[in-house]
Amino acid sequence: MSLVAHGLLGLLEGRPKHGYELRRSFDERLAGGRPLRSGQVYSTLGRLERDGRVDEVGGEQGPGPERRLYAITTAGVAELERWLTTPEPPEPYLQSVVFAKVVVALSSGRSAQAVLDAQREQHVAAMRTLTREKEHAELAGVVRADFALLHLDADVRWIDLTLARLARLGKELRP
Amino acid sequence: MSERGTSERIVGTSTPPAVEARGLSRVYGDGPDAVHALREVDLSIGAGEFLAVMGPSGSGKSTLLHLVGGLDRPDTGEVLIEGKALAELDDEALAHLRRRRIGFVLQFFNLFPLLSARENVAFPLLLDSRDDALALADAALERVGLSERAQHRPNQLSGGEQQRVAVARALVSQPAVVLADEPTGSLDSLAGEDVLRLLRAAADDGQAVLLITHDAPAAAYADRVVRLRDGAVVPSADDAASVTG
Repeated sequence: MSLVAHGLLGLLEGRPKHGYELRRSFDERLAGGRPLRSGQVYSTLGRLERDGRVDEVGGEQGPGPERRLYAITTAGVAELERWLTTPEPPEPYLQSVVFAKVVVALSSGRSAQAVLDAQREQHVAAMRTLTREKEHAELAGVVRADFALLHLDADVRWIDLTLARLARLGKELRP
Repeated sequence: MSERGTSERIVGTSTPPAVEARGLSRVYGDGPDAVHALREVDLSIGAGEFLAVMGPSGSGKSTLLHLVGGLDRPDTGEVLIEGKALAELDDEALAHLRRRRIGFVLQFFNLFPLLSARENVAFPLLLDSRDDALALADAALERVGLSERAQHRPNQLSGGEQQRVAVARALVSQPAVVLADEPTGSLDSLAGEDVLRLLRAAADDGQAVLLITHDAPAAAYADRVVRLRDGAVVPSADDAASVTG
């Protein structure tokens, strides 16, 4: 499942929301300055509904999905839990996914610290593997490993900084 | 921690780990202003093992290094070096053990400015009046690739070279454990890599290495990485797995 799908599940957990409200919340809280196309939101909601992770619930059903009211199902909550507690494979440029996890965890009263700790451990383990490979590599291999190592390090620094800011970030997201 | 059980099984009861810390706590001050720098930290490093301890400023990293190195004494808990409890040693015996069984590498090299590289490396052995001090210093300098710089004083060496001299000095007595406190903190990446490779090689040669760092690429040279937060060890996913089976 995509970041969009998990993000929508996270936004639905507190209470049911209409399609247009979901799209607006996603753009405000999770999109990181890159707004979703409306088709992306509604096609994702359609897939989530097909897979039994969200339900349409009563209310003012309009002609388009933006006027429909969606609620998360038990299976949807289970999938959200699985996503939050499973670290991402340690590849560079994960900020958007991990950032979304932190926001969803903080907004729902879960431990964002646990999300970041688990992700950091995965990253450092991957860095250890790369460092061991460097010991036996030709210089070209060393240079390639350096690139991956330094990008992973940028993620780790961001994780550390975010851990240090977590208390204040939590207050901002759950006023 | 789960690793301790594992290493004890491997080495058996006859050979104690190079470093063993049990329930280490250190409190600075008292009453409501007391700072709990370290809370109930367990740690074990076997011979030939390279352990990195990470954590933000104030997490207790340096306090841990000072306690393990016998530079400070814990409020509760104990440190054993090769099975010997530091608490049972008086100041003189402790200084003696530090000089012979523990090597220190610090962030700012801490070399004597008026001594040559060779004399700096030989210094801990000269304190023990060893005849072979200079010969062992030459061997240690060769190990860190600085034989040609033996007669240079610290201010004639680059930062990276000075730190390699410090590594040679830490290794010259073939200590049980090398304690390195942010040894790459004032070096550029390439010079830092040289120092880390030397620490890695020391571990591969059978020494225990404890690296304190906030730098993940440096910690990545270690066999194991432990994180401290607010003076306590952050549980890892491995620990959780070993608890739940």
